[in-house]
Amino acid sequence: MIVMNKETLNARRLLCPLPVIRTQDKVKQLKVGDQLEVICTDPGVMQDIPAWCRINGHKVLEKKSCDHDYIIVLEVGA
Amino acid sequence: MSKQRKAVALISGGLDSMLAAKTVMEQGVHVEGINFFTGFCVEGHTHAIRDKAKAKPKRNNSLWVAEQLGIKLHIVDVIEEYKNVLINPKHGYGAYMNPCLDCKIFMVNKARQWIVENDFDFIITGEVIGQRPMSQRKATMPIVAKESGADDLLLRPLCAKNLPPTLPEREGWVDREKLHDITGRSRKPQMAMAEQFGFDDYAQPAGGCCFLTDKNYSAKLVDLWQAQGNKDYELDDVMLLKVGRHIRPQPNFKLIVAREEGEGRFLQGYKNEFISMNCLSHSGPLVLLDGSPSAEDLYLAARITARFGQGRDAEQVDMNVMNKDGSERTLQVKPLKKEEIPEEWYV
Ligand code: SF4
Repeated sequence: MIVMNKETLNARRLLCPLPVIRTQDKVKQLKVGDQLEVICTDPGVMQDIPAWCRINGHKVLEKKSCDHDYIIVLEVGA
Repeated sequence: MSKQRKAVALISGGLDSMLAAKTVMEQGVHVEGINFFTGFCVEGHTHAIRDKAKAKPKRNNSLWVAEQLGIKLHIVDVIEEYKNVLINPKHGYGAYMNPCLDCKIFMVNKARQWIVENDFDFIITGEVIGQRPMSQRKATMPIVAKESGADDLLLRPLCAKNLPPTLPEREGWVDREKLHDITGRSRKPQMAMAEQFGFDDYAQPAGGCCFLTDKNYSAKLVDLWQAQGNKDYELDDVMLLKVGRHIRPQPNFKLIVAREEGEGRFLQGYKNEFISMNCLSHSGPLVLLDGSPSAEDLYLAARITARFGQGRDAEQVDMNVMNKDGSERTLQVKPLKKEEIPEEWYV
């Protein structure tokens, strides 16, 4: 069985587009199928990270907010 | 079979760079976008900070443009390298603190490095001759190409016919005849092209693509540099200049007064880097003090802070003062009257 990696990126306190840039840089180090959970405080990421994923062929698995955090889980595409 | 040529387009989020990229894509060239984040970009920030904007989610225009075009977008953090461009612009500043010509040279140079690293063939920008008074004149076009090191790998599809043929044109990677000859400040040709390509709802930034073309923002930046005695800055400084009312009663300190809840929440994050104040007896904004205020200055700052809260007309209010280490004390102060805050204190 292939075990995919799941990593977390803390992008709290960063304002857009920095969370997108940090996500982009982190994804470069991951493999296809790996998952990345990005934790942010700028609500703008709820639009920007999914848009970035659509453009670059990654899949958003989950989008949620809890307390003051906005969390996006994505799966790295080809 | 001829090689598939690849170009990187500088995408600002505005219409011109979008049309420039599209023009070249139409000729069968593989195009990807690149966007540089200097820290001063209009995208994001204030909209993320201020509550008012919450009702209408703000899109990132560069990402939106890339999505409309169906191309990849690479966003590059150039915050550190950009400092030298802003602090020492060889070609000077524009109307405010915008070093547009040096900025263009810098970005095209970065794109030049990027195409070498990523095996792309040439660079596209949305520049139009005569579009902007300082950086997009006929005389500046060769300066950007030369000083960036891009030389004739730099193609401006919107005004290419008014410029000497570049390598992509001479080599037949693109057909010069299908490029454009737009000049001047009129937006009509671009709007017609947008319609032809079916683009609507595109962004039309009034001044430029960054806060440095904003008069008020530039005044705050100059004030910061004057107060600290040099032109250095950190990203946090750049962010804080976008937030709140800035009031400088003395050269040695200024107040940053949150204008609404969203800004207050944002400033909260800086409470262990600045002395902060908030009113205990009445509701009012969170205020950060930047600089090194004396005990007497703190008293004045508390009176100013009180002016912006619900207790502004009270005889006395209780003001909480929190130091960077978290220690707190309360000052009892009389709020300043509106006319006691001179206009020139507002940065
Ligand atoms: S407006 Fe700002 S980002 Fe655009 S060219 Fe001028 S300095 Fe650079």
